[in-house]
This record gives sequence, C-alpha cells and structure tokens, in this order.
Amino acid sequence: MATTGTVEATTHGSGSRRTFGLILLGLLVAVALAFPIVFQLPYHRDLAIKVLLFAMLAQAWNILAGYCGQVSLGHAVFFGTGAYTSSVLQMAWGVNPWFGMVIGVVLAVALSQVIGYPCFRLRGHYFAIATIAIGEIIHTLAINWEFIGGARGLTLPIQRDSLAAFQFHSTKYLYYYIILGLMSLCFYITWRIERARLGYYLKAVREDGAAAQSVGISITKYKLMAMALSAGFMAAGGTFYAQYVLYLDPDSVFPLSLSILVCLLTVVGGTGTLWGPLVGSALMLPLSEFTRIKWGGTGSAVDLLIYGALLTIMAVFQPAGLVGMFRRWGRR
Amino acid sequence: MIEIPSADVLIQGILSGILMGCLYALIAAGLSLIFGLMEIVNFAHGEFLMLGMYTAFWMYTLFGLDPLFSVPVCGAVLFALGWATHKGIIKRILGGPMLAQIFATFGLGIFLRAAAQFLWSPDFRQVAKPLVQGPVKIFGISVGLPQLVASAASLLAFGFLYWFITKTETGAALEATAQDRQAAALMGINTEWMFTLGWGISSATVGIAGAFLASFFYVFPYVGSLFGLIAFVTVALGGFGSIPGSLAAGIIIGVIEVLGGLLIAPAFKYVAVFLVYLIVVLIRPQGLFGKF
Repeated sequence: MATTGTVEATTHGSGSRRTFGLILLGLLVAVALAFPIVFQLPYHRDLAIKVLLFAMLAQAWNILAGYCGQVSLGHAVFFGTGAYTSSVLQMAWGVNPWFGMVIGVVLAVALSQVIGYPCFRLRGHYFAIATIAIGEIIHTLAINWEFIGGARGLTLPIQRDSLAAFQFHSTKYLYYYIILGLMSLCFYITWRIERARLGYYLKAVREDGAAAQSVGISITKYKLMAMALSAGFMAAGGTFYAQYVLYLDPDSVFPLSLSILVCLLTVVGGTGTLWGPLVGSALMLPLSEFTRIKWGGTGSAVDLLIYGALLTIMAVFQPAGLVGMFRRWGRR
Repeated sequence: MIEIPSADVLIQGILSGILMGCLYALIAAGLSLIFGLMEIVNFAHGEFLMLGMYTAFWMYTLFGLDPLFSVPVCGAVLFALGWATHKGIIKRILGGPMLAQIFATFGLGIFLRAAAQFLWSPDFRQVAKPLVQGPVKIFGISVGLPQLVASAASLLAFGFLYWFITKTETGAALEATAQDRQAAALMGINTEWMFTLGWGISSATVGIAGAFLASFFYVFPYVGSLFGLIAFVTVALGGFGSIPGSLAAGIIIGVIEVLGGLLIAPAFKYVAVFLVYLIVVLIRPQGLFGKF
C-alpha cells in the first residue's frame, strides 16, 4: 500500500496531497482534544474512551497481523497480562499502577516471545488455531488461579483522585486524555515503523516469507519484533482498562471474544493500514452501543449479528477494509 | 496433586472418552475434507454443528421426531447451507489473501451464532424424552446409551464418508481436485462442482453429528464454540486433509479430555487437550498423519 501511495503522490504532485493530509490530521487532533469539553455527559465520554482504547488494541493487533501477516486469535492474553500484572502488584504489594503498567508491558513482551518463538514455526491457519488454544489455556488457568482472585476477579481499592494513583472518580475526563495519549503513542510508533526499514521487512515477511528469507531477512526475528510491540501495547491497554473499570475478572480480560473484537475492528477498518484500526473502532463501537439502546441489552445479539455480517462482507468484497476503499476512491 | 483414581473409574472414563472421541472425529471429518480440498479452514464449522443440533431440536419439538430419525433432515438442511456458503462466500475468496480467508468464515460463524440467539434466545434447550436414554452395562462397565448409539452411528457415518472418498468415482474426482486443481480440470473434472459438493458433504456430516449430539447434549447458540474449537484441534492434530487422521485424533482427544479431567481436575480437561495439541504440532507442524 505504502509503495503505491508514494507512486501516486509523485504523479499527482506530492505537495497538495501532503498539505491536505496535514490539515486532516490537524482537524482530527483538534476534534480529539476538544471532545470532552464539548461532550460533558459521562455516557459520551465513556464511549469515546472505549473507542480510543480499542483503536489502540486494534492497532497493536494490526502491527502483527496487518503488517507482518501473522493472524493471532489469542491477543486477549496480553491484554489480560497487563491488566492483572498492575492490579495484582498494586493489591499485594502496593505498587504504583503506572509502574505496574511498565512491569505488565515487560511481562507481556516476555510472554509474547515465549509464545512466539515456537509458534512462528506454524504457518497461516495453523498459527491462528495455536493462538486460540493458547488463549483458552491461559483463560482457564486465570479462572482457576486463586492468588489472582480466580473466577471472582479482583476489585481494586478505591483511592483519592490523582494522576499518580491513576484513579479519577469525580470526573472521568482525565482518563480520556490518558488513553488519547497512549493511543497516539501507539499510532505514532506504527507510523514510524511503516516508513522505516522495519516496516518494509515486516511486509516482506507477510507477502512471501520464503522470498524474504532468501534475500537474508530473518523472518522469525521480525515476527518476534512485531509480536513484542503488539503485546506491549495490548498490555498497556490492559492496565488502563483495569484502572478505568477498577474491577477485572478472567471473563472480561481474557475471553476469546475480546481477541476476536480487536481483529474485527481492524479488518473492517483496514488491515495493514495506519488508520484502519481507528476507523474500525470509531465506527463499530458506537454502532454496537446504538443497537443495544435500540434493541435492548446484549440478549438479542443484534450487534453481533451486524458485526458478523460486516466481517464476512468486508473479507469477501473489501479485504483492504474501509481505508482501502477510501484510498481507491481518492485515486479516481 | 495427581491422584490416581481406581481402575474401574479409569476404564469407564477411557471408554466414555473413546465414545465421545468418535463423535469428535465425525465433526472434524468435514473440516478436514474441506481443508484437503481447497486449503480453507471453515471457522464457522462449530456453528454449522450448532445449526444441526437446532434442526434436530426443532424437528423434535414441532413434529415429535426423535433426533435419531431427523438425521436425514439435519444432513439435508446442512448440505444446503454448505452449498450456499460455497456459492455465496468461499468461491469469492479462493485466491484471496490469508486474512480474508480466515475472517470470511469467522464472520459467518459470529453471524450464525448471533442469529440463533436472536431467533431462539440464549436459553439452554434439551430434547426432553429422547428415544434412547439412560445407562447400559457392557462387560460390567456402565456407559450412556445415547453416547453409545451416537458413537456407533458416528463410526458408521465416518466409514461411509471414507468409502465414498476412496472407492467411488466422485470421491476419486474429489481426491484428484484436492491434489492438483489444474490437472484435475484438464482431466475433465468440473472442479467448481467438486468444491460445491465438498462443502455440501462437509456440512452434511457435521449436521448428522449435530443430530446425534442433540439426543444427549444441551442445545444453545454458543454450543458450537467449544465443539468447533475441539474440531480445529482434532483436525490439526490428525493432520489437515487426512480423514483417517481425524478419526485417530478424535479418539485421542476424547481420551485425553477424560484423563485430564480425572487425573488433574475437571476444570483443566480442555487445558490438557490444548496442551497436548500444542506439543504435537510444535514437534510435527503437519500433525500426526499429515502429509505436508
């Protein structure tokens, strides 16, 4: 995509296109910064926080699956690792959640290498199924591990509002800016990777592993690097979630449905594109909320009905996602 | 932590594991067939099973037809679904990117599950008075009669499928298409028809498995998730595309499940299954009986 983009840019005059892109980005940043000031209702802010959180998680998955082509269906493992690490450290030894987040990221990255090293021998569907199996194993272990609260889960101790304690009760808008910052960092790093040598290596591994290897790219090394980045951002998102909700149990941070949701948002938005995860998240999560208001609860599963149908339709007719579709229109 | 249960408990457990394994094998066989034919994993396979179970349940509730007699109906309904899936979805993604291949059927699975929940509510349902029920004693070992009937019938269906693939002309054409699509087309085999037929047969087998399962298992929208997962693991363990491999792997998994539950703890029975699967595929990525 990036290569065709540059070709496009040179033929159409790169200046105007670049300016247009910068204006769009500036607008987006302005809207993002102003959102909690304009929308004062907790409901809207909560939805916006979820959109940003899931945009980050989807981007994390996108680094591994979209750019590097390794479809993981067990990414909730790293999210849960982040959420549990900071929470358990905080409850057992009073460790500051920000520091806990860092440790959670380190642990998740380490875990990702332990999982990735053997599993990257498996290709395509085999890798995807192995990641489901690992996700289910860790989910079950978490349910049965009493030290981390077992199936009952953990309720984090309530503290006074402060940035240091990573807890806000009187107003939630600081959570919004924290997740906006985290998400921006994740997107910035992805953007840098896309343009750097690493991005091209990852794409080479995705497009043709054997060919990449034959020109001297160590495919396992680059898969592991993508996995590490991916797991790290998932874990950071996990800690944020724990501090935001202040309650976690295995079924909310380790389920297969969470692993699938991050894939779904990316696929609809556009895999292997920088903005795909944000587009997917910004579109699908409000849609899901809307159906729940309209048809009541999750019992009727209307949101999943739409999710499933959209996922299939996008995969069949628009594998490049919405971002890919916009790009094609833009080129005309 | 490991506690050795008494011998008769162990034997009884292993026997029931083998019986369940036969059913797992039948569920997995269709998945394996499709993969061998066109290298596509049907991630909605578990949901196809769920629809087979619901078909059996509704035939019982609406027409009083026992699940064992609604086997042909379930087979036919699911054959049509498989047919439609190929024509509507799979045909379009055959040469497509890996990601599209995974998420097209994954999305279908989510859709079918949600549709079942939307139409029939998330309630657990059960065939109230199945024709065969209760335990029966064989050589002093007590086993569930429905399980026994289901596994015997699964073996029969499995044998029939194997016979069809290896001994009939259509089966040979399927096999030829699986081995080399272009060469098969040059030999005058209509490969598109073979793909459609393959999807029909694959879905029909899982529909039949659903009918047997419905006679002793709860029916609910999410029932396919667990069985689907076990089917992926079974197929990967046996080797994608190898139908006899599915039978062996199905029985192995049925036994591991029981042993894991007995020796470690009931909560860990699927952990044991997944762990064994991971260990096997990491040592032999092509599975136990896979050729590639």
